[in-house]
Amino acid sequence: MTGAMVRSEDVHKSFGHVHVLKGIDLEVAPRDVFCLVGPSGSGKSTFLRCINHLEKVDAGRLYVDGRLVGYREVGDKLYELREKEVAAHRRDIGMVFQRFNLFGHMTALENVMEAPVRVRREPKAVVRDRAEKLLDRVGLAAKSGSYPAQLSGGQQQRVAIARALAMEPKLMLFDEPTSALDPELVGEVLDVMRDLAASGMTMIVVTHEMGFAREVGDALVFMDDGIVVEAGHPRDVLSNPQHARTRSFLSKVL
Amino acid sequence: MSSDLDAGGTGSPSGAGDRRREPIAAVPVRRWGQWVSAAVVVLLVAALGYSVAINDNLQWSAVGDNLTEPTVLRGLWVTVQLTVLAMVAGIVLGVVVAVMRLSANPVLSTVSWFYIWLFRGTPVLVQLLLWFNLALFFPTLGAGPLSVDTNDLIKPFVAALLALALNEAAYMAEVVRAGILAVDEGQTEAAHALGMSQGQTMRRIVLPQAMRVIIPPTGNETITMLKTTSLVLVVGAGDLLTRTSAIAAREFTTIEMLLVASVWYLVLTSVASYGQYHLERRFARGTSAGAQASVGRRILANLRPGRVEGGVR
Repeated sequence: MTGAMVRSEDVHKSFGHVHVLKGIDLEVAPRDVFCLVGPSGSGKSTFLRCINHLEKVDAGRLYVDGRLVGYREVGDKLYELREKEVAAHRRDIGMVFQRFNLFGHMTALENVMEAPVRVRREPKAVVRDRAEKLLDRVGLAAKSGSYPAQLSGGQQQRVAIARALAMEPKLMLFDEPTSALDPELVGEVLDVMRDLAASGMTMIVVTHEMGFAREVGDALVFMDDGIVVEAGHPRDVLSNPQHARTRSFLSKVL
Repeated sequence: MSSDLDAGGTGSPSGAGDRRREPIAAVPVRRWGQWVSAAVVVLLVAALGYSVAINDNLQWSAVGDNLTEPTVLRGLWVTVQLTVLAMVAGIVLGVVVAVMRLSANPVLSTVSWFYIWLFRGTPVLVQLLLWFNLALFFPTLGAGPLSVDTNDLIKPFVAALLALALNEAAYMAEVVRAGILAVDEGQTEAAHALGMSQGQTMRRIVLPQAMRVIIPPTGNETITMLKTTSLVLVVGAGDLLTRTSAIAAREFTTIEMLLVASVWYLVLTSVASYGQYHLERRFARGTSAGAQASVGRRILANLRPGRVEGGVR
C-alpha cells in the first residue's frame, strides 16, 4: 500500500444479474482532484458509492487511506465489518449528492452541525462556530437560519458541501453535484469546489462538467460499461482521446 | 407582458396591456334543484325533530339532569383517561413495532409481522374479553416469590387499557411504517454517509420527517379510540357508557341515557377534531397544505349553496 488515498484493485459489483463494475483498477493520490466521467450507466456513481460502502463490493479490494473498505482481512479470510465500524470509516469521507439530500426539517446551520454534534460528540458551541465559518466559506452566512425548501438548488448544494466539510474529512466524494441544477446555478457550486480543490482537499468528482475537469482536475478516468476505458491527465484525455469510445462520448458532451 | 412575442396570436389575454378590463358581472347559473332539495331536507329534519321532541316516551328532563351528573362526569373522565393512555402506549409501541417491521434483522421483522397479524386479525372486543378473563388460564402471574394473583393485577380498567393499547399499537405500526417509507431514501443515505448509525438516522432524521405523514391518520385513530372505549362496557371498566347504562338500568331511562352518552361522545370527538386540525397545520408548515382557511370558514363555505371550492380536505 503506497500513499494512495484511494486504491481500487479489480473491483466488481453486480445488482442482481446486471454486472455494473467489471474490474476497476485505479489509484487516487492525496490532494488530487480526480474526475470520473462517462455515459450514464457506465458505473461511475456506483464506484463512488462503493468508496464509502453505501454499496457493497462483490469482488476485488478497495482501500481508503490504506484501510480496506467494508471488511477486515485476517490471513486470507475477509470478515464483514460491524455497522459501527463502517460508520467510523465513513466519518472521514465526505459525500455530496446529486439531489443534495439536505435534512428537510433542519435549518442550514442545523444541517451542518448535526453530524459533528451527534457523531463526533463535539461541544455545540465549538461546532456552531465552525459551522458558521463553513457557511461563510460557501457564501451562505446570511442563510444559516433558512430551511432547505427556502433555498435555491445551488444554495442547497453549497450547504451540502459545508455539511460534509464539517466532519473535517480527508476525502470528498462528489456524485454529479451540478446535474440537478438549473444552468445558471452551476457556476456558484463549481466555484466552491474550485476553492476546495485549491485548499488541497482530495476530491473524487463524478461529473459531466468537462470544463471543470480540464481546469481543476489532476487526473481523469473515462469509464464505460463498467470498465476504465482511458485514464490520464484531463488535458490529455479530453483533447487527445486514444480510444474510439472516449472520442465518441466526448464528441457528444463537448 | 410578452405581447411582442405573440403578436398576432389568437385570443391571447396578455395582449391587452393598455386596456383595463371591467370586472365581469355575469348572471350566475341558477341552481334551482339545490334549493328544492335543501327545502325537502329541512322539512324532513324538522318533522323528525318535532316527533322526537314531543315524544311522550322520552323524558327530556332526564337528559338534561343527567348530563352533568357526578357519576356521568366520572365516567367521562375514565373515557378520556382510557383514550389518552391507550393512544400514548399504542403510539410508542407502534413506533417500536414499525421500526422492527422495517429492520434488516429477520427475527425482528418476523416478530413484528406476527404481532400485527395477530392483533389486527382479531376483534378488539374479543381481545378485551381475553384480557379480562386472563385469570381463567393464568391464575397467577410472575414466578416464585414475585408471583401475584392475576385478578389483583388485571382489574377491569387495566384489562381495558391493555386490550385497547395493544390493539392500537398494531394499527399505529402500519401508520408509522407508511410514514417512514414516505421519507426519501436520500435522507438515510446522507445520514449514513456522515457516519450516523442506524438508530441515530431513524431518531434524528427519518422519524421527524415522517411526522407530517403520520399525524393525520393518528388524529383519526384518536377519534376512533374515543368511541372504541365504549366497548369496555362489557368488562365494566367504569367508562362513560358503563355509567350511563347503569343509571339507565336503575331509572328505566334507556334512550335518555344513551342520548346523554351521545352528547358527550360528540363533544369529545369535536374537541379532538379541532386539535387534529391545528396539529396538522403545524406539521404542514412550509407546504401548500399549511395555507388553508380556518375550520369555521371551511364549514361556512360548505354550507353555502353552489360553492364547491374550500371543501373539507
